[in-house]
Amino acid sequence: MASVKLDNIQKTYPNGFKAIHGVDVDVQDGEFLVLVGPSGCGKSTLLRMIAGLETVTGGELEIGDKVVNDLEPSKRDIAMVFQNYALYPHMTVYNNMAYGLKIMGLSKSEIDERVKNAAGILELTDEQLTRKPRELSGGQRQRVAMGRAIVRKPSVFLFDEPLSNLDAKLRVQMRVEIKRLQESLGITSIYVTHDQVEAMTLGHRLMVLNSGVVEQLGTPIELYERPASLFVAEFIGSPAMNILDTKISEDGESVDIATNIGLALGNGGLPDYAGKKVKLGVRPEHLQLAEGSENSLPLTVTLVEHLGADTLVHGHFGEDETDMTVRRSGTLKTVPGDKLPISITRENIHLFDAETSRRIDL
Amino acid sequence: MLKRVHFGPSALPYLLVLPQILVTVIFFIWPASQALYQSLLVEDAFGLSSKFVWFENFEYLFEDPYYWGSFQRTFVFSFLVASLSMGSALLLAVMADRVVKGSGLYRTFLIWPYAVAPAAAGALWFFMFNPTLGILPYVLQFIGYDWNHKVNGTEAMALVIFAASWKQIAYNFLFFLAGLQSIPKSLIEAAAIDGAGPGRRFWTIVFPLLSPTTFFLLVINVVYAFFETFGIVDAITSGGPANSTQILVYKVYNDGFVGLDLGGSAAQSVILMGIVIGLTVIQFRFVEKKVSYND
Ligand SMILES: Nc1ncnc2c1ncn2[C@@H]1O[C@H](COP(=O)(O)OP(=O)(O)O)[C@@H](O)[C@H]1O
Ligand SMILES: [Mg+2]
Repeated sequence: MASVKLDNIQKTYPNGFKAIHGVDVDVQDGEFLVLVGPSGCGKSTLLRMIAGLETVTGGELEIGDKVVNDLEPSKRDIAMVFQNYALYPHMTVYNNMAYGLKIMGLSKSEIDERVKNAAGILELTDEQLTRKPRELSGGQRQRVAMGRAIVRKPSVFLFDEPLSNLDAKLRVQMRVEIKRLQESLGITSIYVTHDQVEAMTLGHRLMVLNSGVVEQLGTPIELYERPASLFVAEFIGSPAMNILDTKISEDGESVDIATNIGLALGNGGLPDYAGKKVKLGVRPEHLQLAEGSENSLPLTVTLVEHLGADTLVHGHFGEDETDMTVRRSGTLKTVPGDKLPISITRENIHLFDAETSRRIDL
Repeated sequence: MLKRVHFGPSALPYLLVLPQILVTVIFFIWPASQALYQSLLVEDAFGLSSKFVWFENFEYLFEDPYYWGSFQRTFVFSFLVASLSMGSALLLAVMADRVVKGSGLYRTFLIWPYAVAPAAAGALWFFMFNPTLGILPYVLQFIGYDWNHKVNGTEAMALVIFAASWKQIAYNFLFFLAGLQSIPKSLIEAAAIDGAGPGRRFWTIVFPLLSPTTFFLLVINVVYAFFETFGIVDAITSGGPANSTQILVYKVYNDGFVGLDLGGSAAQSVILMGIVIGLTVIQFRFVEKKVSYND
């Protein structure tokens, strides 16, 4: 068990490319932290620095109150699960798991006990332990990779997109198993993914990375309810949040949604932003159908998707045909060409500075 | 099952394989059958008459201690050439695999020896080690070693082994490097996290994963040492001194064209041909069974 502390961690690759621009985070003992962001944002780089597979070129990295910047991977008391599993192809499943334990110098009986124990947890049969990795399915290989991490009894688990090579169904199943396992073992875990659903469901806290910069660090609910930037707002949630280019009225009391339609801000408004451009975000699931309300937007339906439990309606409104997606639970009987009156309520909007893209607090 | 596509009868397919068939017949089947036939004949010293003697040439060969000596020499030679050239190539490949900058240049230089003709390579080593002119005997003199491969059979053998290995390193290097680069980096990283140091990682992960390449190269190198080193031996020692570097392929030439024992020489080439066929069969067997580590 250990905490992991990153203090202004930076990474500049030998070719001069700066991949990580100063990351601070304090991962608590037993916490499950998810690093999430689009491909190429530096997630793997950060994780690999924690593992010791990449050098840290700036800042201080602590694992369990010990600075480990210059420590070898094997001395950091960590275990890592790779995206392609990185199982040793010429060794049996048993030997894959036992490899690290042999190097630790454990006795044969101790090794056997640990491997059998991990196999039990991961539901790998004795027969499967004698196979080579290539004789296993993707899901089973994934389990072996997890097993190899578990048997070492590390202080910290590191995962680099461990589920991205699995098909959708297996991915959901393994996601649940990883969460259960982490909770039962209570080992501090850092998990990298580009999939926001995986991130939201797994993490105690999420760190959203964008081009090597932390956009926001918080619990899944915090990120969903109060995204700190336009980037987070658009990244978290599916379908993505609707973003409208608007401005604050001249008196600062309301935000213009469309020509002649304003939404009163209350609370004294935003006098600092009076007359300024802002971005307004509203989630598809927070849009209301407002039959007969005078403040409603007439949405011209262009596409309807029936998911069964929900209905997604895509359409546009106004002179500049601003796109908008609405999510309603249940079945909504509508067809392309229809006009749906949509209303936006004050408590469901998010405002962002048009220049800095940061959240504007009301 | 794949469905076969049927084309109308046409001469084109036959025309397309014809050049290959011609080359095989003219340069392999014809001379090989000649050798087979010749190996059953005994010719008089002037080449005026010949007599069909069945397997007498072979019987004679197997009773000849010189032939067995050459066989033994060839095994030692092949074993040492294969180990030396593969070992050095592996070492170089491991180092090249780590080089990030300028690796293209490094590789290009390492490949050059392969482009040198065996006789030219032989001449190069001949001059470098020439007891009267060469630079290396001159240098060795300073540490009190008197190098003369023209007199000392062991030195002569060492020299042809060096020269033959040197020429083959480039080829082996290319295959080892490709093999090393096909091993996913994450395997090495996983082993590093598991606590394995560089040496252990090499022997427990890299080397086993290279084994298909190693086996392939072993067969190639043995074939090379057996058959393609004629030019090197000829240029450096001509089989001497006192037959000490007379490997099988050189003995074929020597007995046939110098000693004019055409029947005996042909019998030796038939035996060599049998060895090549044997090695090729092993190679194919192995390729068929070859395990793929990539999935
Ligand atoms: N060895 C390297 N040298 C230079 N740039 C690199 C290297 N590895 C990764 N990068 C760059 O760093 C950025 C982050 O990479 P990475 O951490 O792998 O992203 P992610 O895992 O989030 O997809 C990318 O732009 C990538 O091109
Ligand atoms: Mg990555």
